Amino acid sequence: MRLASRLPELLFPALLVGVTALLGSVTAQSNEIHFRTALVDVAIVVGLYVFIGNSGVLSFGQISFVAVGAFLAGELTISTAVKRGIMPDLFPILRDHSVGNVESLLLAAGLGAVFAFLVGLPLMRLSGLAAGIATFAVLGITHNVLFNYTRIGPGATALTNIPETTSLVQGMVGALIAIAAPWLYQLSRFGRMLRATREDPAAAQAVGVSIHRQRLLAFTLSGALCGFAGALFVHQAGTITTEDVYLNLTFLTLAMLVVGGVGSLLGAVVGALLISGLNSFLTTAESGVHVFGLKIDLTDGTHLVVLGVVMALVLVVRPSGLTGGREFRLPRIRWRRQTVEAGT
Amino acid sequence: MLQTAFNALALGSVYALMAVGIGLVFGVLRLVNFAYGQLIMAGAYTLAIGSEHNWPQWASILACFGVVIALSLLMEIGLFRPLRGASPATMLVATFAVAFLLQSIALLKFGPLVKTASIFPGLFDPIGHGQFETVRKITIVAIACAVVALGALTLLLGKTTIGLHMRAASMDFRTARFIGVRANEVVTLAVVLSGILAAAVSVILVVEDPFVEPQFALRDTIIVLVGVVVGGLDRLWTATLGGFAIGVVTSVFTDELSSAHAVYVDSFVFGLVILVLLLRPEGLFAPFGARPVERA
Repeated sequence: MRLASRLPELLFPALLVGVTALLGSVTAQSNEIHFRTALVDVAIVVGLYVFIGNSGVLSFGQISFVAVGAFLAGELTISTAVKRGIMPDLFPILRDHSVGNVESLLLAAGLGAVFAFLVGLPLMRLSGLAAGIATFAVLGITHNVLFNYTRIGPGATALTNIPETTSLVQGMVGALIAIAAPWLYQLSRFGRMLRATREDPAAAQAVGVSIHRQRLLAFTLSGALCGFAGALFVHQAGTITTEDVYLNLTFLTLAMLVVGGVGSLLGAVVGALLISGLNSFLTTAESGVHVFGLKIDLTDGTHLVVLGVVMALVLVVRPSGLTGGREFRLPRIRWRRQTVEAGT
Repeated sequence: MLQTAFNALALGSVYALMAVGIGLVFGVLRLVNFAYGQLIMAGAYTLAIGSEHNWPQWASILACFGVVIALSLLMEIGLFRPLRGASPATMLVATFAVAFLLQSIALLKFGPLVKTASIFPGLFDPIGHGQFETVRKITIVAIACAVVALGALTLLLGKTTIGLHMRAASMDFRTARFIGVRANEVVTLAVVLSGILAAAVSVILVVEDPFVEPQFALRDTIIVLVGVVVGGLDRLWTATLGGFAIGVVTSVFTDELSSAHAVYVDSFVFGLVILVLLLRPEGLFAPFGARPVERA
């Protein structure tokens, strides 16, 4: 019963994802990439949401899990012959093995989860700003090591020749899986316990909830989803550098989450689709587009400026995000209207 | 050895100035201003434009202070004021957006290529001969600037009424308002002071590294933001010490690590940061028994 009443919370975001994929399939071939990007963005932002939204702890480190997932999936799907040529320093286990598309997604999710668990074990004891900075430090270390250590990746050069297997269908299925996992988690007792620690840590502890354990669980789940999203990301782009999964992506995805509304799954999905869509639209507009008969032709680089203005404006007008942190609910049918005078 | 020590002190001083700028605003607004680095960048671009048009040195520097202070006030009025009391995540992301915006404007207006700003080129010379040959004059100037600025600030906060108001506001903003502290006045002062410090930092950084590009001072800002939290952001002096300490540590690691390990400087610094945060989440320099920063 409870499951059924909360089904719209899953179905509405899923519908948005479905519509995005559908629009992508009817649009011109040259525009399809924007829709695939949007689907991947949904997967990443939902990955961030699982931890940040439910725990109320701001983490800047989740993109490290996207990064390791992306590089693992990318490296494992390049053929071994090519790898020996372009990355001779790679550890033999990475260099001499190749796996298929689905396996690479699963392995990326697994690695993300393991990495997040190991990092979270000590770090989840922290709260507030200290947690934010410590997770940021994880991102810094991950980037620094990936950039310099050529036994695990291409280092400072771009990783190319990755099979571009994230089609619209795979992007959609991936995003749907990414949405379903947090929805199930939120319904479970673990999700409820973590939300309790967010609302009132002292009260939650008083009824026997271990803040550390609950945060660690969500952090690990987020790590798995982020690793998975990273694999989708790399199979969408076909090429990746360490800069692609560093500061800009961290800020952009966090901005998507906050603009949509940190507190809800719907907010994560809406924020990701809107900002990603706006970004794509403005980028295209720089080479000239027609909208309703109006020709828009922006100077190169304008899209970043407009994006910055829009994000700042949304936050000033709606500080708790577009959805205000609320989930989607069907309008309730009321048989008898009751006016409740709330004593606020 | 001497060079390492001076470099460390100089970088520590510059980072301490930035830390104070970030800490002042955090004190009254509970807002971590990520766009602080872009203020410095804007100042640096002003200096570069000045030297492009052959403005006299004093005019460039005056313009730099003017631009940075004006931008700080604009941020306060356009962003900090409407967001006062919003959740910390919202405020932080809003300053990301502004940082992103300013950086994109710079990219759009000046392009990705470097602009050269020549301000006090003489300061780049070594201070003397022999073992002093490796120490540049700017190093000494940077340290002196930090000492003077911090001294003036201590006097302002400690000996004037408005300074008292500001200290009261950073302890408890609401109670301070109840007993007659004017919120806007105190916040404006904090923002202007942090702007002045940002402008001073941009002059020093430009002398040290005259090549200005859109990402100018970005890495420094990130390191300082980490440093102030590690030091303890709920007190100005612990935040300042944190900034100073991370500057010294970064500089020493950069100078002393062997070349094979030098590329991993960031990892060492960040690793140390995580360790310190785990051991002293309330801040490395916070008094024992202090509670970690909780933002009301």
